Formats: sequence, C-alpha cells, structure tokens
Amino acid sequence: MRIVVLVKPVPDTASGGERLRPDDWRLDRAAVPAVVNANDEYALEAALKLTETHGGEVAMLTMAGPTAPETMRKALAMGAASGTLVTDDALGGSDVVSTTRVLAAALKGLEYDLVFAGADTSDGGGGVVPAGVATLVGLPYLSYAARIEPNLETKRVRVHRISPTGYDVLEAPMPALVVATQALGEPRYPSLKGIMAARSKTIETTGIPADTAPDAGTLGGAASTTAVLAAEAPPPRAATRVVRDPADEAARQVVEFLAERRII
Amino acid sequence: MESESPHGATGATPTYRLTEDQAALRDAVKVLADERIAPRAAQIDRTAEFPWDVKELLASHDIFAIPYPERYGGLGGDLLTVCLAIEQISRVCATSGLIVAVQELASLPLLLVGSDEQKERWFPDLAAGRLLIAFALTEAEAGSDAAAARTRARRDAATGDWIIDGSKRFISQGSVADLITVFAVTNDAEGTPRHQRLSCFIVEKDMPGFAVERIEHKMGIRGSPTAELSFKGVRVPDANRIGDVGQGFELAMRTLDRSRPGIAAQAVGIAQGALEVAAAYARDRKQFGRPIAEFQMVGAMLADMDAQTEAARQLLYKACTEIEAGAPDAGRWSAMCKLVAGDTAMRVTTDAVQVLGGYGYIDEFPVERMMRDAKITQLYEGTQQIQRLVIARALTARR
Repeated sequence: MRIVVLVKPVPDTASGGERLRPDDWRLDRAAVPAVVNANDEYALEAALKLTETHGGEVAMLTMAGPTAPETMRKALAMGAASGTLVTDDALGGSDVVSTTRVLAAALKGLEYDLVFAGADTSDGGGGVVPAGVATLVGLPYLSYAARIEPNLETKRVRVHRISPTGYDVLEAPMPALVVATQALGEPRYPSLKGIMAARSKTIETTGIPADTAPDAGTLGGAASTTAVLAAEAPPPRAATRVVRDPADEAARQVVEFLAERRII
Repeated sequence: MESESPHGATGATPTYRLTEDQAALRDAVKVLADERIAPRAAQIDRTAEFPWDVKELLASHDIFAIPYPERYGGLGGDLLTVCLAIEQISRVCATSGLIVAVQELASLPLLLVGSDEQKERWFPDLAAGRLLIAFALTEAEAGSDAAAARTRARRDAATGDWIIDGSKRFISQGSVADLITVFAVTNDAEGTPRHQRLSCFIVEKDMPGFAVERIEHKMGIRGSPTAELSFKGVRVPDANRIGDVGQGFELAMRTLDRSRPGIAAQAVGIAQGALEVAAAYARDRKQFGRPIAEFQMVGAMLADMDAQTEAARQLLYKACTEIEAGAPDAGRWSAMCKLVAGDTAMRVTTDAVQVLGGYGYIDEFPVERMMRDAKITQLYEGTQQIQRLVIARALTARR
C-alpha cells in the first residue's frame, strides 16, 4: 500500500517570534524556524502505522519555499520513504485555490492508494485545501477520521468520521483522500536510527507541474483571491496573578478570586 | 576565520562546530528529554526508583546504540555524539543521563579490546538496550587507589574457568544490570608491578555466587541504584575474560580516559538545566515592581553561570574530539573536562538555588535536586583531586 501525505512546513509557534511582514502582511517565513505542521504529523503517524501493518510505504508531498527539505527531513526521520517538494518563486503568497491546484496537479504524477492530509495548518488555518484537492483530482473525500481501515482485497477504505454525536462510518473505493485527526494517536518521535536513515532518503524538488496553469498570473500571490488589508497585534493581556502557594492555600485564593467577581 | 580553501591555510577543519548529524541527533534527544523525561524527573528523585520506563524510552529511540559499531546494531557514533546525548538528557534528569553514561562506561573495555566473538555475543543486546551493563572497579578499600583492589580471580586449572571472590562497592546500576564488567586480581605474586595485578571479566547476573548485598541511600542521582556487589566463588568461563591477563588496570585507565567526558557531559547538562530554570524564574519573578533579572546582582550571576557553563561545554567538546583523534595526552583532556565541568555544575546549581531564593530550596522547583545531583560529578569516575593529579602528572611528565 502506498500513502501520500500532504505535509506543510509552518512557523514554529514555540519560538514566539512569528510575525507578519509590514509591507504586504504576509507571514515572514524567514523570521522563525519552520516545523512540520502538527496536524500533518498526526496524518503521517497514521500513515506509518498503516504501512507497518499492511506493508507498503509512505511518501510526502509538500508545496513550500526552497528551504522546506530541512523540515521535510523530520518526516523522513519519522519513517516516510521519500518526499516531493513543489517550489517556485511564483508560488509565494498562494491562496488556498492556488495551493489546491498545484497539489492536485502534483498528485497526478504520483502513485498512491490513499492520500492523507492534516485537518488544517497552524499558519493559514483555512482547512479547505484537502477537500479542494480531492475535488480537483476526483478522489472520494473522507474527513475528520478517528479510525482508518483500508481493505487491500476489496480496494476499499472505511473511516470513522468524528461527528457531533459520535462517529459516522464512511466507506469509499481507493484511491481516496482522508483527513486525519488527533484522535488517530500521538505522532512518534524520530529514533536516532531514523534520523541517520533520513540522510540518504530522496526529496525530489520540482517546479510548478506543467498542467497546473496554462498561463502565468493564475497562480501564487499574483492570482490570490484574498488579500490582507491590515493586521494588528492583539491587546496585551491584563495583569496575570500567579499563585504559587501550596495546593490548599492556592485553591482557597483561586476560589476567593472567582467569587469576588461573581464567576462562581 | 574566513578562508577560501575548504580546509583553510592551516589544514584545520573549516568550521569549529558540530556536524549536521551530531546536531540532528542532539536536537532529537533534546525533544525527547524535554517532552518525555523532564516530566518524570521529580518523581524519579522522590521515589529513588530506577526509571525502567525511561530506560525503555532510551532503548526504543536508539540512544543506547550510539557508541556501538553499526555491524552490531549500533550507530557507530563518536565520543562527542555520546556526550551530546548524555548532556541533553542530564539537562532535565541527571539519573536518566547516567543510564546512558553507565551503559557506555561499562561497555568500553569490550569496545576497546573485546574479541569479535565477545562483541558479536553482547553488543547487539547492549546497543538495543535489551541488556544493561555496569562497571565494577571500586571497592570499599580501593577507591581512588583502584590498583589496590582485593577481589580475586583464580584460575581453575582443570576447566580453565575463573573463580571470582570478593566485593565491589558504589557500583552505579549494579543492581539492575544484566552484565557486570568486573576487575579482579589475577596476579599478586611478590614483585608483580601494581599495574599488572588486575584482569577484566564479564560476570552475568545469573551466575551462582553473584549477589547484590545492598543499595546505598544517596544525596543525589537518587533514581540510579548504587549497589554493593558480592562475588562468592563465582565461576566465570575464560570466554568472559576481556583483554589479556594482567591487562586489567591499564584497561580500566584507558576506559576512564574515554568515560570521564561522559560524566563531564552529565555535569554540563545539569548546569545548563539549572541555568535555564534560573533565567526563566528571574524573568518572571517580580520584586520591588520589576523582574529580578533587571537587578544587576541577579543579572551578573546569570551571566557568570552562562559563561561558565559554555566554557565547560567547549572544553568537553574539544576533549572529545582530541580523545577520538587519538591524542597522546587523552588522559589529560579527559581529566580536565571532568574537573572543569564538575566544578561548574556545582557552582552553577548552587547559584541557581540562590537566584530562586526560598523557592530554590524547596522541591517545587528542580534546582535543589540539580544541586544535589551536581555533587556526584565531583566525586565519581575519579574525584576532582584525582583529576588534578592526572593533569599535573601529564604536565610535569612532559618536562
């Protein structure tokens, strides 16, 4: 079984330095180190577990800037076999429509039984790219998966989709696109042998796939259907009171604080 | 220094930095330490129980595998890479860092002079962490003066086996190890030079006559059981003898040349951990209406702690590369890095407690534990006084 996972490098929010560029309000990706988008790690973990059970391998597909291989190595260290990076200066500032079209076109050049994606990304946060890709490629779209059960004999995949009341059980023929959730299980830490092995794995870098856009100006920032008009930092939080006393005394103070404000 | 040539005019390496692989392995161990080991550290200290879960974590992420050759399931990492892992783990939990250090320490005689059969027999399990190994040199009356050991191994002329009798004290992880690297007297005939009395053996924990007599109650590294071991007529096949008969003392000294940096790494890690806690506290803690970090007396302490820790770290890294390169004064580098790192850890952790004031003295914050843990790095694998002796001898011998 071959699974392609859509992986996006995003700014490391733990670094605390993420910021928007003041001229065009785009994310300043050079300002902070990039990490694999957390939700994509869950998708990757689910894919790795499935190939460990059913055999096969995991590949990753990324659209990002030219430094993305540094971040993609982490996914290779976790166990992905290879990666494809689509990168081109013209793709900077892509909106979800551009991104969807590029990823869909790039997928056409890859072999797979399943495509996995994270629920959304921690930078853009649109959450619609996976559905768009499935639509453009013509794949069944199975979202918010808490359990994924492919059947290699019937060539069908069954997914438990999280719903407000429990689970919907969906089934579709493969290939299909599945959106992973954190309910699938914590991503693994790369082992040291995995890190060493990742050094010799291949990340293939390509430009914009030929059949994506017949004419220039229909992709990337130039064609973006959305624009950020202004941005401002949220107001600083009001003074925080930290209670460091032992538990009993701390609890008393917290209760008193809440009671004074009639919250409890 | 900039240079057009990749190796510069002097033939030196172009950068004085970690390799990409070393940095990647260090970062991976750091994440594991921060997210999986740090949350356990206080409990490990409080319960003084060996953290089997941490041992499993280290095993499953190939951290034990670093020093062993690749053909035996290891990573073939150099001494610096081992030290980077010990440093990152000790940054959050000195007991856990010691698990890696002891595994390497006790494997060193095998790594240095073990036969291919012996490596084939034990390394795959040691690299995978399926077996733990401890290093038994010290005795109650033979500490700094290791050559004065009394534990004896006499040859059974009929079978060629060795019969070991005696006891060893202060053996880190001696009670949880599957294998014990034991140094015993094989030749005490009149006139035998002191350094030719000992030989080295691997004792397996299930061998009849081997017993754990007791576990010490310690000030620090409390999750690492320090055991007194007894050997009563333990029969050890000659296949378990490491190196030549009479080579034991020299082997022990060569082992310590390579293992002391591991303890220096533990010390640097402890210092770094305490520094990070102290700096974060000084940023958050307000007195007289502003963070205490803004008071110059506190800022100066933090600056000194950082500078001293970095100095110890750089000496350690340099020592590792010199030892790995086969420097003739490896013993000097090894002693210097342990000396400086151990003293730095003690000073920095003591200052960290000072920065936190009363909060530093209670177990709500980790710095009091780090201060207790730091002390051992001035004592084991040679006291600081022994390190100075080694350095001074190397210095004067060259004249």
